[in-house]
Amino acid sequence: MSLVGDIIALVRGEAQADLVVPRSGQAAKLTVAVSGAMAFLAVFALALSLASGRLADRWSDALAQSSTIRLSAPAAELEAQTWTVLTVLEQTPGVDSARALSDDEQRALLEPWFGPDLPIGDLPVPRLIEVIETSDGYDADGLRQRLAAEAPGAVLDDHTRWRRPLVEAADRLRLLGWLALSLILASTAAMVTLAAQAALASNEQVIRVLRLVGARDSYIARAFVRRFTRRALSGAALGAGLGTIAIALLPRAAADGAFLTGLGFTGAGWLWPAAIPILAAVTAFWATRIAAFRTLKGLR
Amino acid sequence: MIDMQDVAYGYGAEPILSDLTLRLAPGSFHFLTGPSGAGKTTLLKLCYAELVPTGGHVSIFGENAAALDRDRIALTRQRIGVVHQDCEFLDHLTVRENIALPLMVAGRHGLGQEANLTELIAWVGLGARAEARPPELSGGERQRAALARAIIMDPDLILADEPTGNVDWEMSLRLLQLLTELNRMGKTVLIATHDLALIRAAKAQVQARVLRLAGGRLSAAGADL
Repeated sequence: MSLVGDIIALVRGEAQADLVVPRSGQAAKLTVAVSGAMAFLAVFALALSLASGRLADRWSDALAQSSTIRLSAPAAELEAQTWTVLTVLEQTPGVDSARALSDDEQRALLEPWFGPDLPIGDLPVPRLIEVIETSDGYDADGLRQRLAAEAPGAVLDDHTRWRRPLVEAADRLRLLGWLALSLILASTAAMVTLAAQAALASNEQVIRVLRLVGARDSYIARAFVRRFTRRALSGAALGAGLGTIAIALLPRAAADGAFLTGLGFTGAGWLWPAAIPILAAVTAFWATRIAAFRTLKGLR
Repeated sequence: MIDMQDVAYGYGAEPILSDLTLRLAPGSFHFLTGPSGAGKTTLLKLCYAELVPTGGHVSIFGENAAALDRDRIALTRQRIGVVHQDCEFLDHLTVRENIALPLMVAGRHGLGQEANLTELIAWVGLGARAEARPPELSGGERQRAALARAIIMDPDLILADEPTGNVDWEMSLRLLQLLTELNRMGKTVLIATHDLALIRAAKAQVQARVLRLAGGRLSAAGADL
């Protein structure tokens, strides 16, 4: 029987063929339990991976488009150098817009450290200029050189220095999430293979009788494959369902809140956990099929 | 039907069968006798391709047994009914389901076979035990269930390995009667047994050829049989 035949038989089900293998067995119960547990973990790995991806994208997109110029100059020159910097920025290709932060905005930035009554005008606080880039971006090195020449107190901070490690960390976390998912899948395959081998070994007499009466390997294998695939599917569906509920019950925060509170799915991402039982079933199908044919090959 | 030429087989270095030649013609009835360990079961296993000869040539229904792939072996076994002394069943199925097992694996169960199945179960005298599980059966009932399972596919060849080994004389005669009836229906029968009384009883009912297996070689049995 071909692979297609096996898949059709799996979907259609054959009540008579299902009869030939005894229903109960520790291996079968183990398959349901472990598939459920693995699917539960897989939902978290998936959520971690997707959340890391979102975080990396957010940091990457939001911060890549903006930069800051910090201008330190004597009070008498500050206004003039601010205009110089803004003029330079206007002439710089790749800069979409630029503006100096007002005293109120700067006070708000410092408020967490110095309180609301900070006399910002009396302090040598540097002037901050926000620069918004176009999608093409600007030449940071060229801008630095020009600023050094025309406004020596201006320092360009394009956020690269701290943004890059954050994005890299988020990307690495996303990778770890996928790696965890792959390991869970591989563990499921290994577990199903072992359970199938145990079931095949404990049903040696059944297999011997079936071969004696003219059963083909595909017939015998299908009986086991169907059973293990269905059990992996049902266990994983239960585990994925519980995992999704657990994710849904996690405390929520604002979209730009802490990472852990952002762990979860968004929009169509909630459909992703539904793929886990299907993946578990496909894994069980192949693991059992390979184990069954390998075992049967040893018998004449 | 079965043709063996210069067949040899050994489980280790020592051959258990050597230079063995045997031909089972369609509709013939054979007894295979010999001491325990002479290789009777081995010879039967060669007949349904459970073993492959280490030497010589075995032809089953005209096909070289050594060249049969696993699917062809399965299909060949659907044409051969095998009854073992320690007949094995699927204990989680009923007697009826066990007897129908060859039909199930061949995908023929339910295709107008229910009446035949019921008739066969009654023919072997298990009508009242059809819904029982194999562990609930007596030795004789197990042998009859095994015989019914062996013939449900209407095989061309019936191989029985010590079919009366675990039953009393009365049941032995009943089984023998069933096998001779099958032979009259045109089935080829080969029975391996060391029960000489059974062979003598059979010769009164059917024209049987008696072969003796000893020292790895096959010979016609003496006139006393």
